[in-house]
Amino acid sequence: MPGINYFYPEFEVVRNDARCIRCQVCARQCANEVHSYDPERDLMLSDESKCVNCQRCVSLCPTRALKIVKSDCRLRENANWEGDTIREVYKQALSGGVLLSSMGNPKNYPVYWDKILINASQVTNPSIDPLREPMETRVFLGKKPEKLERDENGNLKCELTPQLELSMPVMFSAMSYGSISYNAHESLARASKELGIYYNTGEGGLHEDFYVYGPNTIVQVASGRFGVHRDYMEAGAAVEIKMGQGAKPGIGGHLPGTKVGPDVSRTRMIPEGSDAISPAPHHDIYSIEDLRQLVYSIKEATGHKKPVIVKVAAVHNIAAIASGIARSGADIIAIDGFRGGTGAAPTRIRDSVGIPIELALAAVDQRLRDEGIRGNVSLVVGGSIRSSADVVKAIALGADACYIATAALLALGCHLCRTCQTGNCNWGIATQKPELVKRLNPDLGYKRLVNLMTAWNHEIKELMGGMGINSMALRGNRLMLRGVGLTDAELRILGISHAGE
Amino acid sequence: MSMLEGRIRIPSGCAISAVISREGRRMTGEKIIESMRPMHERSNGLGGGFAGYGIYPEYKDLFALHIFYDGELCRAACEAYLRDHLEIVKGEIIPTRKIPNITDEPLIWRYFVTPLRSVLASRQLDENEFLARIVMHINTHLQGTYVFSSGKNMGVFKAVGFPEDVGAFYRLEEYEAYCWTAHGRYPTNTPGWWGGAHPFALLDRTIVHNGEISSYDANRRYIEMFGYKCTLQTDTEVITYIADFLQRKQGLSLTELASVIAAPFWSTIKRKPTEEERLNLSFLRKVYPSLLITGPFSIILGFEGGLMALNDRLKLRSMVVGEKDDLTFIASEEAAIRAMEPEAENIWSPAGGEPVIVTVKEGCY
Repeated sequence: MPGINYFYPEFEVVRNDARCIRCQVCARQCANEVHSYDPERDLMLSDESKCVNCQRCVSLCPTRALKIVKSDCRLRENANWEGDTIREVYKQALSGGVLLSSMGNPKNYPVYWDKILINASQVTNPSIDPLREPMETRVFLGKKPEKLERDENGNLKCELTPQLELSMPVMFSAMSYGSISYNAHESLARASKELGIYYNTGEGGLHEDFYVYGPNTIVQVASGRFGVHRDYMEAGAAVEIKMGQGAKPGIGGHLPGTKVGPDVSRTRMIPEGSDAISPAPHHDIYSIEDLRQLVYSIKEATGHKKPVIVKVAAVHNIAAIASGIARSGADIIAIDGFRGGTGAAPTRIRDSVGIPIELALAAVDQRLRDEGIRGNVSLVVGGSIRSSADVVKAIALGADACYIATAALLALGCHLCRTCQTGNCNWGIATQKPELVKRLNPDLGYKRLVNLMTAWNHEIKELMGGMGINSMALRGNRLMLRGVGLTDAELRILGISHAGE
Repeated sequence: MSMLEGRIRIPSGCAISAVISREGRRMTGEKIIESMRPMHERSNGLGGGFAGYGIYPEYKDLFALHIFYDGELCRAACEAYLRDHLEIVKGEIIPTRKIPNITDEPLIWRYFVTPLRSVLASRQLDENEFLARIVMHINTHLQGTYVFSSGKNMGVFKAVGFPEDVGAFYRLEEYEAYCWTAHGRYPTNTPGWWGGAHPFALLDRTIVHNGEISSYDANRRYIEMFGYKCTLQTDTEVITYIADFLQRKQGLSLTELASVIAAPFWSTIKRKPTEEERLNLSFLRKVYPSLLITGPFSIILGFEGGLMALNDRLKLRSMVVGEKDDLTFIASEEAAIRAMEPEAENIWSPAGGEPVIVTVKEGCY
């Protein structure tokens, strides 16, 4: 059936020939081999079918001769059968395979952060100027005691179960070594140390070079148990049990074998070139009481010196699930919303499973309070937090801190082309090819992460100051939020009033 | 009706003052009423009130409940509820004086009560917790009924009006207390309801408060986990519950309470001279981040045998302290102190977050 598998390319390379000097930077930079030089005709050629619109060539072209545009060669318009939907049918008819995607859900679902507005002080109380008054964003994650105790002399017993101290309420979320590069991990680790926050190994183990950043590292234990051993557990400041991920609730991690080189293989403790597909469930956790056993096993194994985080995807019954986790000995619950990113996930799962983090957070925080167990755990939310304003809204809804990953990758140069699964990341992030990895300079990368977080922290302080709040007593202060254009049900779940009320 | 206290949140500016005799000498209410006159501009006639400690010596072992009723039906329902749980030793209308500036008063009753021993035993509660739950139940569930004072040998008197008129209305010159606190309110709306005036009280703890706390909802949602129900949406109510929770339920001292609600900055804690101090302060901050009260406030927390005055940690509200002989005075303005005692000495402004604790000599109250 000739022609049936042909699609006109999604993007077009527009080259301004008058500007092009044939330097061939584009050809050298494109790992997808879109650009080539024809010496006979002295022409730069493009194979647009390979283009993923990562903007690498555009960014590096010295004469600004290039741009990538969306192709206007389209199938006949149909509001129900959109072009992408039809294309996916063709692809599956050809391959018989599951569609794979990367990064967060790009579909047009409501972004509740954008329908929530923040308050500021006027007249009846003063706003606080963070340039002139102290403004505290420090936060401690971990269980808080229900009842204070005193010794025989009446002094307070000041022992707390292990806590994580954050200079600001943001951490770098789990991204495994394997899904992202050595240089990306180094950037995250060094930035965390400088900022006084934490980054998360993801489920790919911890490269031996990064053990020195252990005090700022959260080590993850996922269903595949990749790279999990004694030294690994002891290296981190906290251990995270990954039960689920917002981008792919209900299934385990995916790392294509093309990204499993010698270093990744050694760190993960798996053979080179093998796909690392984690089991969907943890096979030692089929119920909540099993989770409790794993939590306490990890606590025993690490001498009760490290908080244990349980990370779950935001799914329909998240409030009850979180309530169960809060009673299972976990110190921190991390909830990942359905827009959370991924290095590779089945498209259908990424785009249609799970719920928005805003609603999940509001429901969980309220449920834990209704049951009087909010103090048992701290709540960390991610998927997707895009700016300092999202952070402030999340804290006011009830989160103790936020996890960010996509924003951190953007700081490192990611252009959100959503093809991490190919391992051809031209920006040196989601790749293991040495010639690509070296494009990300960790000396600059870590600095950019520090810049981003420093900027956000300034903004968080400004927003807090405007509200007249100078500490993380902001947490759960929903009176500081108002909804715009939300239904009664949405407002009720978020626990906020509509603007004007 | 939609503007009633509790249905909407009403920010207020205010005046506060207090006088206490460290010797336990009892004073009539006239002095404290005088203190509110020079601060007239700080109120707008929409709320005033007083708390007196040591005013019911003849019933000092009984809880004194002061209750507003919207009507006789409410009273009948509430009294039936009270009789199920408490022995009512005495119930009477609180004597008032008709004055033109105070109108639309509800029925105002007081009861001297003690918990029924049998009920207490079956609930496995101490009498304070039992009483607190009764008050919380009435204020949440009994329509048109509001308990605004519930301690022993003390009482709150409050109304919609200017404080000096409220004092005259309740005939405070006929009461003698070793400690008085007072409040004049400047709400931004018309509350129209007497329960919204201050002081706010639970058991023997009363709060008068000037300010609008910006951490209100964080504080409220935290404290409501422990059985408290904030029905009024006022700052003062939530501060009272926080004080009750931290002191009565968690056993914190007054100083510790102050270092939770007006916690020192981390940078200040770091500079504290002793390791023990640093440890204690950071421990309390880590455990109770949600009970840190931010935004401007000056409060006077009254309790049996003493009081504590406290400013927010940035000192965004004025508050001064003065002394004369066995008396200590606290007020939003020095003028109020001078009105009580022209010869007051040692006038000073406590720093933000620095608690001023004054207690009556043991055995004198």
